[in-house]
Amino acid sequence: MNFDDLARRPSAWLSCQGPLGEVVISSRVRLARNLAGFPFLTRATDSQRCQIQRLVWNALVEAGQGVDAFYVDIEQAHELDRQLLVERHLISRQHAASKGSRGVAVGAAETMALMINEEDHIRIQALRSGLQLDEVWKVVSGLDAALEQRIEYAYHPRFGYLTACPTNVGTGLRVSVRLHLPALKLTGEIERVLRATRDTRLAVRGLFGEGTEATGDLYQVSNQTTLGKSEEEIIHDFRHLVVPSIIDYETHARKVLVRDKAAALDDKIFRAYGLLGHARTISSEETLGLLSHVRMGISLGRIKDIDLQTVNDLFLQTQPAHLQKLRGALLDGEQRSIVRAELIRRRLGNGHNPG
Amino acid sequence: MPGLLLMLCQRCKKTTATVHLTDILKHSGEKVERHLCEECAQAEGVSFKQPLPPLNELLTGFVMAQAGARALADLRCDECGMTFAEFRNQGLLGCPNDYSVFEEVLNPLVNQAHDGGTHHVGKIPPTRPSSEVQQQKMVRLRRELEAAISREDYEAAARLRDKIKNAEPTETEQSP
Repeated sequence: MNFDDLARRPSAWLSCQGPLGEVVISSRVRLARNLAGFPFLTRATDSQRCQIQRLVWNALVEAGQGVDAFYVDIEQAHELDRQLLVERHLISRQHAASKGSRGVAVGAAETMALMINEEDHIRIQALRSGLQLDEVWKVVSGLDAALEQRIEYAYHPRFGYLTACPTNVGTGLRVSVRLHLPALKLTGEIERVLRATRDTRLAVRGLFGEGTEATGDLYQVSNQTTLGKSEEEIIHDFRHLVVPSIIDYETHARKVLVRDKAAALDDKIFRAYGLLGHARTISSEETLGLLSHVRMGISLGRIKDIDLQTVNDLFLQTQPAHLQKLRGALLDGEQRSIVRAELIRRRLGNGHNPG
Repeated sequence: MPGLLLMLCQRCKKTTATVHLTDILKHSGEKVERHLCEECAQAEGVSFKQPLPPLNELLTGFVMAQAGARALADLRCDECGMTFAEFRNQGLLGCPNDYSVFEEVLNPLVNQAHDGGTHHVGKIPPTRPSSEVQQQKMVRLRRELEAAISREDYEAAARLRDKIKNAEPTETEQSP
């Protein structure tokens, strides 16, 4: 697998073909598993880490999943390539930064990724665009079952599937959706909605940025409880109780803005569009903020000459590792800001505009 | 804030400032803006670290609330050597057996973390899993194998490897 090609290719989960794609960027499900008969990774020696890597990869191949998957040895991979995988959500930041033998198997179209030796021996994830939780669960569950025919997982009759951290024990299931909530931010209702979401034992965090600050108005909502409910219950509650209400709030806020604050709304949207189309140097953070408003403008039909796909691609390709891969050179922060502005102007059709 | 774009770091006056801080002075309530480059910000102790994960808070709160916390801290797993104190500090367990060794002290914690959940009700392994004793035996055999290899006792290593192979026939030779 060539990392340069990867950077050029749009991610399938960012295709915005998915249901409710105007608000829901993507759906993800991941399972945490550990092999029976091995210590967890806090206590595993490097030769055990290698054995685990081999056992899991072999099981994957035997399960017929290795055919169109590619495997990346993260320990050996270049720093920039690791970063690229993080930006594409194929591995976690922790997996990129930690030490020791570890890897990731990525399925065709990047909708499946299996991390080996992250916090647990195995982390299986599936990712799709829009709201498709049942579909991603089917993929993950199928792969999990295929692996389980070939390797034995650490399991406890009462605690269920055992994980290094007791907060994941039981189903080992983490469901998350990534949401674009610009209107709730503009109307000042976002904190109230997020607080209500947290009250139902769900975790909410900004997809970019730290703490409560969500750059680009992108949020990730995920379950925290993994014990005491079945996988289907967790997914059902998430799909039918939590996510629809957040989508309703956002959709409502967008309608209110169009009805009561059309001029101010359009001003926000078109200022953002104008800045992106003409800036000569731009930071990643500013880009995310402006893309968010442009994305909302497209969803609301205010901007008609570009599509959601273009904006979704830019969310990804303006990230530091993608920029450097696309340019084919290592760039410092200042150089990236210039290259980023160029890329955005080109994609928005203003490449030859003197500005 | 386009005005900040080309501002130099106030500390080293060499590099472009990328960290912009607003301090509020304790006594006067006066706002002071500071513009630093990343290196100087770090030198000044401005931290970009994420807040502690909730589990650590949970653990600390839980252990503080327990009388006789010292006795708990001394609990130790014979299989992997993990102590409860160590688990409390890093939030991660050492091996599957820890769930049995620390079960009693884990119970209230697990209960709290999972909103009252105490029993697994999801998927179960299709074939009956090896007993805990069997699983522990495998951990021990693998550890003994490591030890034999490191002291270059290849005879013992070969014997242990055969034992492991017989107990778990799934391993085949293929490399990623």
